[in-house]
Amino acid sequence: MGTILSVKDLRVSYGAIKAVKGISFDISEGEIVTLIGANGAGKSTTLNTIAGLLKPESGEVKFKGESLIGIKPHKIVSMGIALCPEGRRVFTQMSVEENLEMGGYTRSDAENQETMERVYERFPRLKERMGQSAGTMSGGEQQMLAMGRALMSRPQLLMLDEPSMGLAPILVQEIFDIVKELNEQGTTILLVEQNASMALSIADRGYVLETGTITKTGTGQELLHDDDVRKAYLGG
Amino acid sequence: MDQELNGGQERPYVTAKASKHGGGRKTLSTKKRYIINALLFVAMLAIGQGLIDGDFISRYQTTVIEQIGIYIIMAVSLNVATGYLGQLPLGHAGFMSVGGYSCAIFIIRMMPVFDLNMRSFVTGEPMAVVLFVVGVLFGGLMAGLSGLIIGIPALRLKGDYLAIITLGFAEIIRVVMLNIDGVVGFELTGGAKGLTGIPSYTNFLNTFIVVGIVLFLIHTMMKSRHGRAILAIRDNEIAAEATGVNTTYYKTLAFVVSAFFAGVGGALYAGCIGVMAPAKFGFMKSIEILVMVVLGGMGSMLGSVLSATVLTILPEALRAFADYRMVVYAVVLILVMIFRPQGLLGTYDFSMGDFLEKLINGELFRGKSKQKSEEVEANA
Repeated sequence: MGTILSVKDLRVSYGAIKAVKGISFDISEGEIVTLIGANGAGKSTTLNTIAGLLKPESGEVKFKGESLIGIKPHKIVSMGIALCPEGRRVFTQMSVEENLEMGGYTRSDAENQETMERVYERFPRLKERMGQSAGTMSGGEQQMLAMGRALMSRPQLLMLDEPSMGLAPILVQEIFDIVKELNEQGTTILLVEQNASMALSIADRGYVLETGTITKTGTGQELLHDDDVRKAYLGG
Repeated sequence: MDQELNGGQERPYVTAKASKHGGGRKTLSTKKRYIINALLFVAMLAIGQGLIDGDFISRYQTTVIEQIGIYIIMAVSLNVATGYLGQLPLGHAGFMSVGGYSCAIFIIRMMPVFDLNMRSFVTGEPMAVVLFVVGVLFGGLMAGLSGLIIGIPALRLKGDYLAIITLGFAEIIRVVMLNIDGVVGFELTGGAKGLTGIPSYTNFLNTFIVVGIVLFLIHTMMKSRHGRAILAIRDNEIAAEATGVNTTYYKTLAFVVSAFFAGVGGALYAGCIGVMAPAKFGFMKSIEILVMVVLGGMGSMLGSVLSATVLTILPEALRAFADYRMVVYAVVLILVMIFRPQGLLGTYDFSMGDFLEKLINGELFRGKSKQKSEEVEANA
């Protein structure tokens, strides 16, 4: 399988604060790759930069060989990358169905009808709540909606930013099961998590980020059993 | 489920009520909805015109009605930027003034070319009607253009910063209108003494029709995918961007559309009042319009229409106490913000089609209580 996304020497800053200090990694088609790290390590910044929401200072981001630098976020969505942003960010004033329709904004109505069927199949809870306004749903349901919305654009690469944030353990398990299933059905996944053990257990490969630089890399299992990683992120 | 319901084209844009109800429910097609609304519109127009022709409504009252129409356009157009897009521009009077001056000057300059006089507009000569239409469009376009010029830099900013920029812009417009004669070297706006000799091209009939067109266009836009994109930006700009909405484009579009219709309102205003003076378009005018939108409910078209009507009639009805008008404004605003921060109607919008559907299905009262209990359940 070829490389779907490659990031080379990426540097991003917020004014004088350097959030990402030259990181490089790549993702092959069909993989689950996870970026783990503590708060402020630069994980979300990396995702937002790939999605085009932030402009990098320097470096290279290539999706299937095409550079993403300087391309507007809405164009990146239609190229096949979807971001499920941190904190879910569903459209609270819209219904579940309208949220999903927004997710398929770059697609035609006919395509959306079809994709929506599939999303409802995967998330039956969303189908039950079709007409409910998204703001009144629980955190777990909103996370499912956010993921469903991201899937509506039929992405080749799905980027998930902290999908387990603020969820009950049983729901975290459910969300990760879904991520794994989505991957098995052919979606490449870039997963950013603070819940390192969960993320590494489903990931093919992982990268450990510390204050803007990659300090370690390996397969999910390798990192899961790495002493330093265990100490720092998995509680010993 | 709701395949008959407008073939999925017309969707209620605040909450999806339609999809809640099961099959077997009688629905109205989009075409029928349009026909019903068009008939109602014509009926209201005919009744209004009949009352005026039959002298049941005085000249003075007619002028007030025209002003209501103009302020409906102003409030509904500001609602596009404030209610739907979620920004807070404070320079709506600036766009109104651009539209008013452009249209009035255009018509005054064109009158000799087409051999028209002041009476031609009252009697409704065909050429005068054409000039009116072109003039109003010209006013709208000029205002839309200034909206584009100010929108591109202003929309990079948010909230209070955008408010200050637009406020400053409206002041610039006012000063330009005041002093431009000296710069161009001939009489264009008439400066401080005002622009006079504007034919009274605004009447009940054309105001009513323009209001109808403006409401229809904004309503249609907000129901389309473009409208949905604008609402998504209001709801969550980052999420909108992440789902593939070109946020810069849609923010600018909403801003320009808002300015365009403000210009149309201004164009009618010039013909209604007959004299344009820069002092009329100060900061307070922008605030007056904003009060209408906030009072009615940001994001509700019906709210804007109702509060524009009430707040135009109120000072007229209280002519004797007109000095207290601004006190009333202030008190009303404070009370609404305390007791109903989302405005009188919130984001609720009335749809004649939905109303009739509920009526024929006998859900008029049942539906509401059912919806309420569902909401309570969801919150629990």
